[in-house]
Parts: sequence; C-alpha cells; structure tokens
Amino acid sequence: MRARVLIRPKEGILDPQGQTVERALPALGFAGASHVRIGRLVELEVEDPSQVPAMCEKLLANPLIEDYEVQILDGEGGDA
Amino acid sequence: MKFGVVRFPGSCDEVDALLACRQFGDAEILWHGDRDLRGADAVVIPGGFSYGDYLRAGAIARFSPVMEAVTEFAREGGPVLGICNGFQVLCEAHLLPGALLPNLGLRFLFRQVELMVENADTPFTRGCVRGDRLSIPVKHTTGRYYAPDRELDRLESAGQVVLRYAPGDNPNGALRDIAGVVNEGGNVMGLMPHPEHAVNALTGPTGGRALFESLAAAEPVPA
Repeated sequence: MRARVLIRPKEGILDPQGQTVERALPALGFAGASHVRIGRLVELEVEDPSQVPAMCEKLLANPLIEDYEVQILDGEGGDA
Repeated sequence: MKFGVVRFPGSCDEVDALLACRQFGDAEILWHGDRDLRGADAVVIPGGFSYGDYLRAGAIARFSPVMEAVTEFAREGGPVLGICNGFQVLCEAHLLPGALLPNLGLRFLFRQVELMVENADTPFTRGCVRGDRLSIPVKHTTGRYYAPDRELDRLESAGQVVLRYAPGDNPNGALRDIAGVVNEGGNVMGLMPHPEHAVNALTGPTGGRALFESLAAAEPVPA
C-alpha cells in the first residue's frame, strides 16, 4: 500500500518560510493568497498502513511542533 | 572527572569539545554505534549535523545505540550536556523539553552572543553566579527554542531556563530569549551556543570555561 504523510508546522508556530512566500506572491502579481504554511511530504510503501500513525509519532513528525495527516492511497503504484 | 564526547556521523565539533573537556579532566570519544560509555562520569553531545540532519535536526541520532546508553545514564542522574546539534538531539530524545525550530531569519548564523546565567544551581553552572554574563559564539540554522506557552511558564518557575540571550542579543527568535535549558532533574542540559569554542583566550572570549569547569567539579554519580 502506498501512504502519504503531510507534515506541517502546528497552528500558532511562526513559519518564516510561509511568511516569506506569502510576501513574495503579491510581488509576482498573485493577489489574495494568505495563511501560507510550508511543511514536508513523505511518501512510502507500507505492508501495514495501520502502522503509519505510529511511525509519524515516533520518527516522521515531531508532534510538539508539527501536525501530520496520513493519506492511504489506493492501488500498488499509487496515483498517476 | 571523566568526560565522554559522542561522535555521530556528521558531528563536527567533537574534537573541540574533547579538547575543552581535557582542560578540566579526562576525556575520550564515544562512538555512536557503541552502547558502552566507557566509564564516563559526564557525557557531552557535541555540535554538527548528526546523520546529515536528515528529516529534522537530531531526529535520527536519537535512535543510535549510544543514545540508548546516554538515556539510561541520564535517567540514573548522570550529567549530560548537549551543545547545538546535541541540544537538538536531546530534545528529540525527550531528555529535554521543547524543540528547536529554524532561525526566524532563515539564515545560518555565526556570531558571538552575550548570555545571562539565569540559574547557577545546576551541575553545569555552579561556578557562576546568577546574572553572570558569558560571551560565547553561536553557529546554527535551527536554533529557535520553542515550547508551548504553558510549558515555558512551567520551565521558568521550575528554574529550568538556565541561560538566556542578553536583552537585544537573541539571534534566532528563541522564545523568551532562551539559550539553554535543563531537564526536571537538573542533570541534562542543552544549549545552542558553543562553550567548547570559548575556552581559550588565544581564540577569543572564554565564556565557555565556566560550564566545563562547573561540570568537572560536579560529584560523580555512583555507578
């Protein structure tokens, strides 16, 4: 099974990368973008998808500073 | 006092740490793959980029065999000092509260900072007096100390904030200017600045000496 983990800074944690991108967008002519948050994406093949949340707690994310969201993707090779 | 200085793949300050320790006691390098602390009375986790800082700084190093031994040593009350990357490793290992986030300015920082000793009643700062100022360099990209507000209140009231950047000298956006903390037991300390680079007058201010000196004078924990 293919799994995807989305990791982002927790709400309330200052994200200077997101702020920088947010400031850059209007300069490039893209108006109306706000609350930009930058995180990490981890994709993995797993035999037992039920283990993924534990992997996040222990290694993939630091739950003190990051939220994570697990997506289990259908099919062997994942999406096109 | 015998110091053990851990070397991970990607450590880069272990030799300076070793030489700093040797000014005050015996010291030897501990390899990350060993579980044996070789009779060390105090352990130093040095700066660098352990395991390439992959994933998050300190996230992989935390699971190395030597860290199992260090964790056990710390639980028995043995003194452990984490410097820069070592601080990050100790936070990831839950031996210290909080976490280190990327510097607010997103840049690598390399400069001298002034630190204030907030708690002189730890094995790491006994040679200091509260309010002492120490001049020590920082060099890091991920040094913004963070813990949730309530946790910060708790740390402050328990005296676990040991070092603060002097007013106006916070280089990285660390919450409440925190540069160094200890665990609840007071025997594990982490700090972002590099005391091991500040022990020899030949190369600059010697604000780091007080930490090694204090630690060298600490009572060894009976094995």
